[in-house]
Amino acid sequence: MTVNLTLLLVMGCLYAAGIYLLLERSLTRVVLGLAMLTNATNILLLATGGPAGLAPIFNKDIAADAYNDPLPQAFILTSIVISFSVTAFMLGIIYRSWVLGRQDEVQDDLEDRRVASQSSFDAEDDADVPEDTTEFTPPEEAEEAPGSQRGNTANDPEVTR
Amino acid sequence: MNTASLAPLAVVLPVLGAALAFILIRHQRAQRAVSISILSVTLILEVVLLSSVWETGAQAVNLGAWLPPFGITMVVDQFSALMLVVSSAISLSVLIYAAGQGMADGDEDGPISIFHPTYLILVAGVSNAFLAGDLFNLYVGFEILLTASYVLMTLGGTTPRIRAGVTYVVVSVVSSLLFLISIAMIYGATGTVNMADLALKLGELDPATQLMLHLMLLVAFGIKAAIFPLSFWLPDSYPTAPAPVTAVFAGLLTKVGVYAMVRTETLLFPGDRINTLLMVVAGLTMLVGILGALAQTDIKRMLSFTLVSHIGYMVFGLAVASVAGIGSAVFYVVHHITVQTSLFLVTGLIERRGGTANMDRLGGLARLSPLLAVLYFIPAINLAGIPPFSGFLGKLGLMQAGVDLGTPLAYVLVGSGAATSLLTLLVMARVWNRAFWRTPEDAVHPDPILLATSSDGSSLRSSENVNEHATGRFSGRDSVDLLPRTMVYPTVGLVALGVALTVAAGPLFSLSDGAARDLLDRTPYIEAVLGEGAAQ
Repeated sequence: MTVNLTLLLVMGCLYAAGIYLLLERSLTRVVLGLAMLTNATNILLLATGGPAGLAPIFNKDIAADAYNDPLPQAFILTSIVISFSVTAFMLGIIYRSWVLGRQDEVQDDLEDRRVASQSSFDAEDDADVPEDTTEFTPPEEAEEAPGSQRGNTANDPEVTR
Repeated sequence: MNTASLAPLAVVLPVLGAALAFILIRHQRAQRAVSISILSVTLILEVVLLSSVWETGAQAVNLGAWLPPFGITMVVDQFSALMLVVSSAISLSVLIYAAGQGMADGDEDGPISIFHPTYLILVAGVSNAFLAGDLFNLYVGFEILLTASYVLMTLGGTTPRIRAGVTYVVVSVVSSLLFLISIAMIYGATGTVNMADLALKLGELDPATQLMLHLMLLVAFGIKAAIFPLSFWLPDSYPTAPAPVTAVFAGLLTKVGVYAMVRTETLLFPGDRINTLLMVVAGLTMLVGILGALAQTDIKRMLSFTLVSHIGYMVFGLAVASVAGIGSAVFYVVHHITVQTSLFLVTGLIERRGGTANMDRLGGLARLSPLLAVLYFIPAINLAGIPPFSGFLGKLGLMQAGVDLGTPLAYVLVGSGAATSLLTLLVMARVWNRAFWRTPEDAVHPDPILLATSSDGSSLRSSENVNEHATGRFSGRDSVDLLPRTMVYPTVGLVALGVALTVAAGPLFSLSDGAARDLLDRTPYIEAVLGEGAAQ
């Protein structure tokens, strides 16, 4: 199998630049990176078709190996259409993100940050004296015991008893 | 004419339905009727396909009469037919649930009218991926379902959905690119993308080349299936979508990735070259996923983590690579699609009834709505694997397959599977204790809707008295049904389907074992595509 060196170099540069841009936090750069990566992949597909040849329109006088391989080109066409629609959609949501929050950056997941920063102590599950959530406590006792409070008080024996 | 020639209709019908639903975009009722009836017809068609394939084994259709390996081939075997039937049954019930939600809320127009066409396109993509007989058609199937899922994920374009949508789109595009690069490499190495043809030609390549192609495909599918080191995008993006969308994503999308992994592992790359790697990854997926679920307070996020965790069981069955292992994995996929989807649908109902999906703010739902409690309880203990439910049977089958294999690593996997099952029970019981069992007053900041009573003192049925409690959810509308029957019935149906899997576990196991035998044998698939005697 012969490979076109120019195409190979272009492909390598596009992959390198695309991956660099993809790792940026700015969304427009991410889109540009994705566009470069898809184009590099299209060139890779083209390269798998072997050396250039005649257009694959059947003529019985021409030997089969003189034709170009049409299958990778069909793949590339499909892939171009798909990447076109995805890029259009990406631009749409980036614009929406800009309209909503004047943001062109990948945002943190707030719920994830919240879960990560919470203490591992959970009053209901982890207290030494289990938190009393029963409905059957007589009302006068329930008023005396402030056990349903959250946080460090559950560890303090004087407060929980 | 054999029945398998009906197979392309499983893709064509939803696409045509989507076009029709697009035309009817201003007529909500007609749109609902069209999409529900199209999916029902598709489901019936796929049941016919399954019953015919059950008798005859794998069958292939050549589109446009182009002979394999040149044209596009669609292959129905027991595994793909089973997946088609389950996925259509699930998508139909979720569609009815979503239509019920739309009817209850009375949204006459708005961005939701795009939901029905997009949803049908998603179903077409899933069916196409299950039926694809060549790698490139599998890629196209993935792209159809992913593009539809981008739209569904960002429905309405609110800030949290856009934020989650960006991550989801970028991760999915990267995984699709990796898949496309692998296809290019495989085509460069063998000159074909037809899977049956590849099954014969890949074995002739240099082992190092084979390993590289194998690992590239595995990484691409690993991202889609959310396997441990590649799973971090999932709990970040799924919970923000609307409840029915999250439910169908959780049920189907990761399973398409699992399907593609099973197909490539058994058909294209047989042998135990990377089974050790798969085992390690499966164990880590189970444990890391369920430990993540323990830390969550939002029920949707918690369920997303259990979803990741239970993908580990399927990978475990695949790594064992025996008939018992793969058969149990197929059974587990069917069980998990049903149960995980019903749990997400129930969470949608909890959020609607209780005003929030944060379990710290919920309470007393068992008294407010006993039916909701039953609907949560059954799939929850089914997921955790309590006998006699299908989750128990699937896990038991996987563990038996692991013990039969008998290597030290297999025993470690059996142990971590049991630990994951127990931790799942713990996570599910926490939701039960907080959201259903305790009184609303015990919650830290109970949602006002939990404490509200209707004017005659009975429990609340609609939102008529809730506006004054300033939840803001129903502002501007007179009276919204809190638990509309159109949403409850599909959930009941899905929970009943989960129970039916337990009752019908015998026939289902014989079907999944038959599918596993054909998958490991490879000959039925190859001969169905390339003709008799091709597999020699």
